[in-house]
Amino acid sequence: MSCWQTVQDYGLRAIGLGERLLPTADITLCHQFTLIGSGLIWNVYFGAMALALGFSMSLALALGKASQNPFLRVPADWFIFVFRGSPLFIQFFLAYEAFVLLPRNGIEINLIFVEITAETRWLTRAWAGALVVLFLNTSAYAGEIFYGALRSVPKGDLEAADAYGMTGWIKFRRVTLPCTLRLAWPSYTNEAIFLFHATTLVYFSGFPAWRQQGDALYYAKYFADKTFNPFVPYPIVAAYFICLTLLLIWLFGTLHKRLNRHVAPEARSRLRLRMQLVR
Amino acid sequence: MFQFCTDPSLLSDTRWMLCYLTSPKHIAFYYSFGTVLGLLAITAPCALMLGFGGAVAMRSKIAPVRWFGRGYTSMVRGIPDIVFFLFMPIAVDQALEWLRHKVICPDWPDPVRRGSDFVVCAEAKLPLSTSAAWVHDAYSIFLAVLAFSIVFGAFAANVLSGAMTAVPRAQMETAEAYGMSRRQSFWRILVPQMWVYALPGLSNLWQILVKATPLLFLLGITDIVYWARELGGAKTSTFSYPHPDWRLYYFLFLLVFYLALTSVSERLFRRAMVRLSHGQATMAGEAQRKADTNEVTA
Repeated sequence: MSCWQTVQDYGLRAIGLGERLLPTADITLCHQFTLIGSGLIWNVYFGAMALALGFSMSLALALGKASQNPFLRVPADWFIFVFRGSPLFIQFFLAYEAFVLLPRNGIEINLIFVEITAETRWLTRAWAGALVVLFLNTSAYAGEIFYGALRSVPKGDLEAADAYGMTGWIKFRRVTLPCTLRLAWPSYTNEAIFLFHATTLVYFSGFPAWRQQGDALYYAKYFADKTFNPFVPYPIVAAYFICLTLLLIWLFGTLHKRLNRHVAPEARSRLRLRMQLVR
Repeated sequence: MFQFCTDPSLLSDTRWMLCYLTSPKHIAFYYSFGTVLGLLAITAPCALMLGFGGAVAMRSKIAPVRWFGRGYTSMVRGIPDIVFFLFMPIAVDQALEWLRHKVICPDWPDPVRRGSDFVVCAEAKLPLSTSAAWVHDAYSIFLAVLAFSIVFGAFAANVLSGAMTAVPRAQMETAEAYGMSRRQSFWRILVPQMWVYALPGLSNLWQILVKATPLLFLLGITDIVYWARELGGAKTSTFSYPHPDWRLYYFLFLLVFYLALTSVSERLFRRAMVRLSHGQATMAGEAQRKADTNEVTA
């Protein structure tokens, strides 16, 4: 069987298209590359969706934590503390058990005029349940990052905005927010990289892989168990993830340049590729 | 544990709970918290030593050693740590068995890797199939500790090499001016001073290490996650303590345990930072000095 045939059979196996059964005998390098690569779809899905959804949530958390109002500050503080202080692995387990306990038939929400049935079943499936956990988790981490950046917005910038007569929303949107993003961006890049790495935990933490549709590491472990040879599948996952990381760094680097485009070239902070340990 | 626990089905609610929480399996669950803390206690110094080695290797004058150090420190940047946790134990296990196989049974005719099998001669197995159960347990814990140490050593090497470059250049130049050799100035000037720069990174690393301990479950060790799943699952009336699915509560308990652990260690690190900043040429050290002189003059 040619490699192209394998790619056609297993290239989209992770989302349920193509061959139904996973290869069990005569596993070739091509099988491993294809199937692990198709699993990467899930990693990208979880990472990208959690980042996209978590961005505004994390900004809201940062603003809440920096707020004077205790009714905003205390919940934001606790949210960040709980999600940053406990392991993601435990959060996955806890969320899964909680979602399983939700009533099977959905929750009946009785609004005065209409009755809505909220479907809860899909929350026990990885694509939704794990995404919820990852979204909350990355919101907490990024919220802390944005909070730190919000506190280091230069006083002069804010005073200049005041001098121009900007207040409220205009001041926030034109001065505070861009400055916060600019300061937080290197750490946020780091967080994004860690988030993509954390997506490999999903299928090892209670959430079952439905019809053997798993992520890259799920298939790598499958091959390692089948061939009893860890020296091929794991380096393949590693290679895929290095490419993904490089892609992320490039993407965030481009955005970093855009955020810094008004700053004089010599004063621009370079996006440091050294890893910071923020998780 | 208690006298009245002989027939749990006859007990009142509080007594039932008391007996339930002190059943032998629960005692094993409580001991597994010790396993986690023990793993932390062994892994942290091992990782720190490996990290120190990696950071020193990065500064080496010999090119291959330097490349090795660079490779080691950068391996955790692009690759998820879970990949290493799954890869390391089985890879190390196979490597050790293969080496023993080569030494102990050199005239074994068949290849070690046969299709999808990895077969070494019986004498080379690790641990030997005749050895006691605790040897098997100890071996799997050893592999887990090794995996954790290697991965977190790479993280620590990142932190420590950053700290080494953060020590002001003038300090090293002064050492050279005093005629200290490379080795002397490294051990007497650089190493004592680098810790204050390394501490924020190391404290962060400690938190990551704490939060990585539930991954022991993936390595097949009967740790707290294993027991939480085992004990929490619904028990039918054939068990002495029947109950519905309580896994949610067990995991909530684990969550609280980890929150406590991370917040306590955060407080301890904050204190250590105050101690270490004392008399250092950093912003925190300068602030302390000013606060002290103000107190004296006031």
